[in-house]
Amino acid sequence: MSKVASPEELSRVRYGPPKKGWMDSPAEFKEGRWCYGSKPKDHHVIGLPNPRSWSPGDEDWKLPDNWKEIFLEGMRERLDKFRTFRIFMDICVRCGACADKCHFFIGSGDPKNMPVLRAELLRSIYRGEFTNTGKILGKLAGGRKLTYEVFKELFYYFFQCTECRRCSLFCPYGIDTAEITIIGRELLNLLGCNIDWITGPVANCYRTGNHLGIQPHAYHSMLEFFCEEIEEITGILPEPSFNRKGAEILFITPSGDVFADPGTYTCMGYIMLFHYLEGLGLDLTWSTYASEGGNFGYFTSHEMAKRLNAKMYAEAERLGVKWILGGECGHMWRVCNQYMDTFWEPPKSLEIPVSPITGTRFEQAKDHKMVHICEFTADLIKHGKLNLDPSRNDIYNVTFHDSCNPARAMGLFEEPRYIINNVCNNFVDMPINTIKEQTFCCGGGSGLNTDEIMDLRMRGGFPRANAVDYVHQKHGVNLLSCICAIDRATLPPLMEYWVPEVGVSGVHELVANALVLEGEQKRTTNLRAEEFPWVEEEEEEAEEEALEVSLEAAEETAAEAAEEAVAEAAEEAAEEAAEEVAEEAGEEEAEGEK
Amino acid sequence: MALKQLLEENKSVILSRWFDTILETYPVDTQHFLRSKKNQFDNPVARRISDGIEGIFSQILNDDEEKDVSPFLDKVIRIRAVQDFAPSRAVAFMFDLKRLVREVLGKAIRELQLSEELGRFEEAIDKMGLLALDIYMKCREEIYELRVNEVKRSVSRLIERANKICGIPGKEGDPEVCSTDNLT
Repeated sequence: MSKVASPEELSRVRYGPPKKGWMDSPAEFKEGRWCYGSKPKDHHVIGLPNPRSWSPGDEDWKLPDNWKEIFLEGMRERLDKFRTFRIFMDICVRCGACADKCHFFIGSGDPKNMPVLRAELLRSIYRGEFTNTGKILGKLAGGRKLTYEVFKELFYYFFQCTECRRCSLFCPYGIDTAEITIIGRELLNLLGCNIDWITGPVANCYRTGNHLGIQPHAYHSMLEFFCEEIEEITGILPEPSFNRKGAEILFITPSGDVFADPGTYTCMGYIMLFHYLEGLGLDLTWSTYASEGGNFGYFTSHEMAKRLNAKMYAEAERLGVKWILGGECGHMWRVCNQYMDTFWEPPKSLEIPVSPITGTRFEQAKDHKMVHICEFTADLIKHGKLNLDPSRNDIYNVTFHDSCNPARAMGLFEEPRYIINNVCNNFVDMPINTIKEQTFCCGGGSGLNTDEIMDLRMRGGFPRANAVDYVHQKHGVNLLSCICAIDRATLPPLMEYWVPEVGVSGVHELVANALVLEGEQKRTTNLRAEEFPWVEEEEEEAEEEALEVSLEAAEETAAEAAEEAVAEAAEEAAEEAAEEVAEEAGEEEAEGEK
Repeated sequence: MALKQLLEENKSVILSRWFDTILETYPVDTQHFLRSKKNQFDNPVARRISDGIEGIFSQILNDDEEKDVSPFLDKVIRIRAVQDFAPSRAVAFMFDLKRLVREVLGKAIRELQLSEELGRFEEAIDKMGLLALDIYMKCREEIYELRVNEVKRSVSRLIERANKICGIPGKEGDPEVCSTDNLT
């Protein structure tokens, strides 16, 4: 006889999700988890396929009839073209070493955010459509066919990967899951499925040179505005030069720092540093044409990355500079450090960068001829070329967020820390498994720093915020410094949600706070117009002194008045006494007469 | 209070069952990760849930009138508010505690005739459940506020500059996020 379940067992509701394999659990498109679809006007500007109005939330994505053919043909082409891609499709043994290293998985708990599974979304199509075992055995061999639902799932999850490469660090085979995402996005692009936050900036950048679509006069005007602000704070008006032919160095930085707080303070920091160095022999120009260091084309396709990158060397050649100095940016450095000199041969006019101030030859940049501003500044400090007053940053307890790309794509760990330690008195690192090569992403890289997926960003950025919270609780950290414009845009809301007591800054904002310019007026505030703590103390002291002086004066006056009063009183008393004596004498006389 | 004593004696069993019940709301593959990783930086979600429910439980046992359960509820809900949960699912863990206590202590409660105390205890949990909903809503509102502030911040300096050129004064006391009202 079969066992009858007790009423208690029967009435028990199971709270867990159903136990189904990942292939049988299609992606559920939830608001706040997907980005707005790309707009037809931007498709037209940059020649992306399939321009139409659409939304990832729609049932019908308006794909061309032969969409499957286009996708598979694109995949075949890339399997042939990129040896890495084919290897990455073949060799994963699903050991799971990468599984729990992704910030999106850690924060969301969605298994398809495990790097291994995210890659498996595409790998299963590779097996099912391109390998014999997969074609015959299907699911048994981990293969599946490309369907409309599967295509949508690829979109959903490839735009939930920030290409930060933390997972690749732990893969025993060295599989770079970010590269799988990059190819996955390329394939989606073949059918015109990209996001507005990427295609918009790409189209802008293609037209005007920067992601925000700002034209040269406005770019120039913004920097002038910063110079005026610097004058208010320091009494000195820097005069940066633009598009100047014959300059030795071309400076390129992400446009986000020119328009959005708190990156703007970092931008002011660059201007002040360059002004300081002019007297020491710096010959540098900004460009209103190469007005963007970032490259959202990199989040679209290799070809688009190359197209947007073209302006850097072109402008360097046009101006005839010797080398390029690059600002604090993240993915810009991955593109410049790892792709630029294979995209193009550097112009003949460029030379191996040499610091005009210290004479240091930057051998690490001999191929692409571009130096990171942290390398440049750290070298200046090392040679004692900067007059610094770190106490001006005393209101901050600083920690440093290693931005994914400078950390994992160029190994830039020590220079920013060296700088911060020289311009600030209070610095503490976050725990080792959350920094340097193991750094956690801000949750908004690779074009995912758009506001409609704030939920996704909050959970993706949670592991980073958690480590910041730890140093905030333990060491009183109140400032998170970083060297990436996307970080400076995404970390402020992340901090507001998880650790509201912590602010965000770039490294060169802190440099400029500490930098003592020749002939500057007495500074009372930092670049954010926050008063230095001693200003109030000094004011109080001055007030106290003034009070003491007035008290002394009052005391003196009072003493004089008292003396006078005493003297008057004594006189009066003497007079009275004399009168009394006289009266008494008169009375005595009268009595005597009686 | 006999029930309180029972709860204190069985604290570790109840907390462990409560933790498991919360983890069961995640997909099976995720549960394994949440259970196995112990480092607080590699597995911050499990750590916060564990710290949060321990704090909530201590506050339940705390007779102090000044007690405040909100920070502990916040620890758990702030995470669940941005994960893939409907609002009811995000805060349901508070109400699960009633079922767990009955499962673990049901027999003892019947034997010691503590049903009246149990009623009061469950009433307190219901109140905390409602408080949990308030916190959930607060987190959601914060998310929308973050979206608005981010949009403003992204063009703050442009607007500041434009206002300066047009001679429009900025909004006082709001230096970081410049007002866009002036342009309309």
